[in-house]
Amino acid sequence: MQLLEINNLHAGIEGNEILKGIDLKVNIGEVHAIMGPNGSGKSTLAQVLAGRESYAVTEGGVLYEGKDLLAMKPEERAREGIFMAFQYPVEIPGVNNTYFLKAALNAIRKQKGIEELDAMEFLKLVKQKGKLVEMDESLLNRSVNQGFSGGEKKRNEIFQMAILEPKLAILDETDSGLDIDALRIVADGVNKLRRKDNAVILVTHYQRLLNYIVPDLVHVLVDGQIVKTGTKELALELEDKGYDWVRQEAGVNA
Amino acid sequence: MAAKNTDQKSEWYISNFKLFEKSLNGDGASEVHSLRRAAIARFSELGFPTTHDEEWKYTDISRLAKVPFKSVLHFDPHSVSDQTIEQFLFGNRRWQRVVFLNGHHSSGFSSKSSSAQGVKIENLAAALKNDSNFVRDHLAHYALFNEDPFTALSTAFFKDGALVVIPHGLILEEPIHLLFVSDGNEDEFVTYPRNLIIAEKNSQATIIESYVSLKDNRYFTNAVTEIVLGENAVLEHEKIQLESESAYHVGTLHTSQSRNSSFVSNSISFGGSLVRNNIRIVLDGEGAECTLNGLYVGTEKRLIDNHTAIDHAKPNCTSHEVYKGILGGKSKGVFNGKIIVRKDAQKTDAKQTNKNLILSDDASIDTKPQLEIFANDVKCTHGATIGQLDDEAMFYLRSRGIGLEEAREMLIYAFASDVIERILPEPLRERLHGILHKRLGRSRN
Repeated sequence: MQLLEINNLHAGIEGNEILKGIDLKVNIGEVHAIMGPNGSGKSTLAQVLAGRESYAVTEGGVLYEGKDLLAMKPEERAREGIFMAFQYPVEIPGVNNTYFLKAALNAIRKQKGIEELDAMEFLKLVKQKGKLVEMDESLLNRSVNQGFSGGEKKRNEIFQMAILEPKLAILDETDSGLDIDALRIVADGVNKLRRKDNAVILVTHYQRLLNYIVPDLVHVLVDGQIVKTGTKELALELEDKGYDWVRQEAGVNA
Repeated sequence: MAAKNTDQKSEWYISNFKLFEKSLNGDGASEVHSLRRAAIARFSELGFPTTHDEEWKYTDISRLAKVPFKSVLHFDPHSVSDQTIEQFLFGNRRWQRVVFLNGHHSSGFSSKSSSAQGVKIENLAAALKNDSNFVRDHLAHYALFNEDPFTALSTAFFKDGALVVIPHGLILEEPIHLLFVSDGNEDEFVTYPRNLIIAEKNSQATIIESYVSLKDNRYFTNAVTEIVLGENAVLEHEKIQLESESAYHVGTLHTSQSRNSSFVSNSISFGGSLVRNNIRIVLDGEGAECTLNGLYVGTEKRLIDNHTAIDHAKPNCTSHEVYKGILGGKSKGVFNGKIIVRKDAQKTDAKQTNKNLILSDDASIDTKPQLEIFANDVKCTHGATIGQLDDEAMFYLRSRGIGLEEAREMLIYAFASDVIERILPEPLRERLHGILHKRLGRSRN
């Protein structure tokens, strides 16, 4: 069943067009990897899908569960089941991690018409999901991401994903800056959260994440367009040969 | 000095003083009375300040000066119920308290005076009658009326307030609460709360000074508090300004600190239409330290002005100041942080920060550090920031399902709450968190 359909999406920031006609279909139960060199528009695509207002969509559209995604506010998208793990999670001093996450979960539950969790129930859930990403519980009582190491921030993103249980998770370069142990923990977490009724888009620069999370399809994004789509073998080929050959094949000058 | 405007506005107070003198029947020869006379004479020279005065450059008080505020000569203490007072006690009835209604001492609502621990808590009017040494030795010794017209008015007209003496070596665990209530049954009245707090050598205490109103009407509170800290004394002072949105409030706090004493001032301004807080700290003994924290929330057309001055008069003293403001609507904030380091005050360590969150296009802040340093071996830092809510943080919260309004509130609250977190008495802290939550819901207007 189709979850996401991106049609001829053009988007940019401050008058610079970054996405130049993206087409992509994601079905429930699938994992898609989007790879590409720096500046190709990978993160822009992730941000546009999450509803970042500083990006302007100039052409095309996105359907999510058959609805016009671009008409929704960021919080509406989250409540409808979209989650983006940030490449650079923001530090928010003064906002307690647990408090924030409980407010987020309850906003989503409210939307679904499920009863909100009380403090005790929430704490139980936190303990259970915290194990998934080997989250240090003391971090939860701190301000959101404040003073977290790079690895802890990324783990916190996956932890939030575990709590919020999205239908569509978009991981924006979650692997960047992680050592091999941290990468394994994060990837394990994502694998445990994979289900038949959700989908994942992995935005990544490197193939190594795909050793741990095996995608159904790999898309190569170059200069704002998907120039090639293939299976996981394509990722290995990219690792081996770099991006230039896809560029040449697609006739893109970048 | 330019000729001052002893205009009609000032005349109102000068002529009222004559009536006031008559009401003081029989006190004419006392020391305090000559003080009053000197003060009104000085006021008649100074007049009300205008924006041409450096100290009042950003705060136009003409709307305050033009109202002929009347003193409340008689007051019915039964006009207010127990329950009404209860709501202003921050949920804690055990604390020793002195309550004033429209400037008049209410023995009914105040705690029964207990001198079990030797703490002296009484009203100033009673102390004046008894010709207390404390009053004679300290009153008007720190808040000098020569420079400031509002202190001059207070000194001329004050009727009552609290006298608190924490005796030598006493450590008081529970705070003492000075509560000033305006019932708003009369329009356009003025009160002059006048407090004197003396923390003797090696004593420790917390004093809460709060101002509240029962109705939203226009009146003027002109409060002056003087605090003296003896050697090694530790005192925390909470000034909680929760008056009605039409009230005018000028509050002055002057302290004098002896060697190794430690003073904390937490000043929270949530109410009032025009609020001016003057704080002057004199670090007058080696090794003394002070911490000044402030939080002000401006909505609608309110003006909140905080002028602080820390006088490092002796060596090896430390001062640490953090003031934070949230300004929405058409409100205006003013912060002026003066730090004086005298010639002998070597090894001074002074740190000052003023941070402001501006929530609307029509809100504004004038912020100014003012450093006057005459010593050469000192550490003085200062910084001011003015900003909007962080877009990145807003997007992060919203991308997790938290709505726009709730996300805004979370971030504003996070900005402000660390000031409240520094307040020691827990019931007060909890109550202020609650009030802040409510105020923030309105700070966009």
